[in-house]
Amino acid sequence: MAVGRRGVMGGMAAATLAMPAIRARAQAAGVKIGLVAVLTGPQAALGTQLRDGFLQGLKHTGGKLGGLPAEVLVIDDELRPEVAVTKVRSAIERDRVDFVVGVVFSNILGAIARPVTESETFLISTNAGPSTFAGRGCNPFLFVTSYNNDQVHSVMGQAATDNGYRRVFVLTPNYQAGRDAVAGFRSRFKGEVVDEVYVPLTQLDFSAELAKIAAARPDAIFTFMPGGLGVNLVRQYRQAGLANIPFLSTFTVDEATLPAQQEAALGFYSAAPWAPNMDNPQNRRFVADFEAAHNYVPGSYAAQSYDAALLLDGAIRRTGGKLSDKAAMREALRAAEFQSVRGNFKFGTNHYPVQDFWLCQVARRPDGKFQTETVRKVLSNDVDPWAAECRMR
Amino acid sequence: MTAQLLLVQALNGLQFGVLLFLVAAGLTLVFGVMDFINLAHGVQYMLGAYLGASLAAATGSFWLGLLLALPAALACGLALEWLVFRHLYDRDHLAQVLATFGVILFLNEAVKVIWGSAPLQVPIPDALQGGIALMPGLVYPVYRVAILAAGLATAALLWLLVERTRAGALVRAGASNRPMLAAMGVDTGRLFMLVFGCGAMLAGFAGVMAAPILSVDPGMGDTVLILAFVVIVIGGIGSVRGAFVAALLVGVIETLGRSLLPDVMRLFLAPSPARQAGAALGSMLVYIAMALILAVRPRGLFPARAG
Repeated sequence: MAVGRRGVMGGMAAATLAMPAIRARAQAAGVKIGLVAVLTGPQAALGTQLRDGFLQGLKHTGGKLGGLPAEVLVIDDELRPEVAVTKVRSAIERDRVDFVVGVVFSNILGAIARPVTESETFLISTNAGPSTFAGRGCNPFLFVTSYNNDQVHSVMGQAATDNGYRRVFVLTPNYQAGRDAVAGFRSRFKGEVVDEVYVPLTQLDFSAELAKIAAARPDAIFTFMPGGLGVNLVRQYRQAGLANIPFLSTFTVDEATLPAQQEAALGFYSAAPWAPNMDNPQNRRFVADFEAAHNYVPGSYAAQSYDAALLLDGAIRRTGGKLSDKAAMREALRAAEFQSVRGNFKFGTNHYPVQDFWLCQVARRPDGKFQTETVRKVLSNDVDPWAAECRMR
Repeated sequence: MTAQLLLVQALNGLQFGVLLFLVAAGLTLVFGVMDFINLAHGVQYMLGAYLGASLAAATGSFWLGLLLALPAALACGLALEWLVFRHLYDRDHLAQVLATFGVILFLNEAVKVIWGSAPLQVPIPDALQGGIALMPGLVYPVYRVAILAAGLATAALLWLLVERTRAGALVRAGASNRPMLAAMGVDTGRLFMLVFGCGAMLAGFAGVMAAPILSVDPGMGDTVLILAFVVIVIGGIGSVRGAFVAALLVGVIETLGRSLLPDVMRLFLAPSPARQAGAALGSMLVYIAMALILAVRPRGLFPARAG
């Protein structure tokens, strides 16, 4: 009995001693990525775009990042913060991932940011861009390849001002992101907001709001209705014969919802730093290969994740594959040495992109599929409104 | 707020109420007659929408899709009854809630595996395209009139079935006193299956009708289910008449509350807080109404169960 126990203890000690060696070897051999996306539930379409975009990027770098063979661990966050934290923790502690990439929704990013960055693992958000991490809460281990949410709404405010709209009707869901959307829009809109209407997140039928819009007769409406809400609104807006009032929106008509909205969304506006029709070699290659592989039009979720794969590729190459030197890796990430599908791309001091924003419009392509297309550049090299508050350590 | 706008909003409320009735009618029968809490009723609504959407796409005709989706929804309902629900009738409500919640999770994911997670698109049939100009700048789609008509027709048909036929008498008897009905020699098992099948088909019908105006996506049944429960609790569990009155009531309260409250609140508050408070209160209004009605009539407006 005693001998047996000593044997077990001895074995364990040996295993413990062997551990660092194994880890060191694993690190030298390759790079491990934890890819976090919502892949089940009603919002799974967005997570699927995000995942497919990153994997497409990895395909274009030959399955390697900076010369190291890459292994991707796909993690479904189920859009539940506590689930995301548990799964991401075990990816860091058990699977020893070198980077955590992904996240569609801000509340998931908020939940996993601390456990990931406190373990000194780099977190690359490819969609969620909350203000919390852009200002005072900026973090040396967090990079965002999308945008700060407020910027996108303010682009629409600027576009409305540029178009000379004087009276705009505002319609958003009644929760924090909805109120942020209104604030973002107002920050650059010089005209009058005739009415702000807030609806519950579970709203199905917009007929009451549509009647109000018809009665108010605004020059344009501004709305932020993500996912299924947007599908309902866009269709009912068109059916109610309101489509002659310009439909300015953020996160309402995009490549994830267009397959359901189709011609109902034709001519409706959105704001984005990227659109599938952007004319640069990197983007043409991305869109063509993505569609060939997945048989759907990529949206911003996919494009920003594709960029994240290329960002990692460039950064790891710059450090010469030394994943353990965190300071050097941070410098390499900041340098952002890669060819973005957006054309030019650089990080600001808070690790959020400084980039151009476009007014986009839904169009039907010759092959019958629908996509957003750039109309004109609204903001150039725009820095998010929180960057000045960031004191990066 | 003009009188015209108020009228339009009342019409919007009625139309939404009718849609709710289609979902709630089946739920109230199943709950009332079988004393069975079926949380999966919303999923049957979703299944109807998906079946209608894909059958309409496959046949190229909305009407053919609708016609085929009804028996398909009935078959799905009967299959569920046979596989799962039948074994739960004698269990307590907690077991029923757990099992039917499991069915929701399972079917929501199954729908995603089969049809994908992106919402589907169902075009409005050509015959019901276009609209009626109700007020300057606002068109009331003909399709919504069709929903209103279909809902009213279904209500009339159900009323005839329940009030004027032998099967209907058995259903009412079951809702009123189940053990007595069984003691009289009625095969309650078969009756239950019939009621359940009808309920599933009604939910499926509602799903197909809603598909061209609402988003067809996994989880679309969950939001409707909550309102359907509110409707049957207000109406009195097991009562089709109650469900009809309550559905219209909920539809009108929801719609008018949402559109009027922010303006009413502006009389007392500054514009910005008034809008947010009004919106919040507007979305609570249905539940406040339910609490008030239950305080006065604890068993709903038209209680079906005896004693």
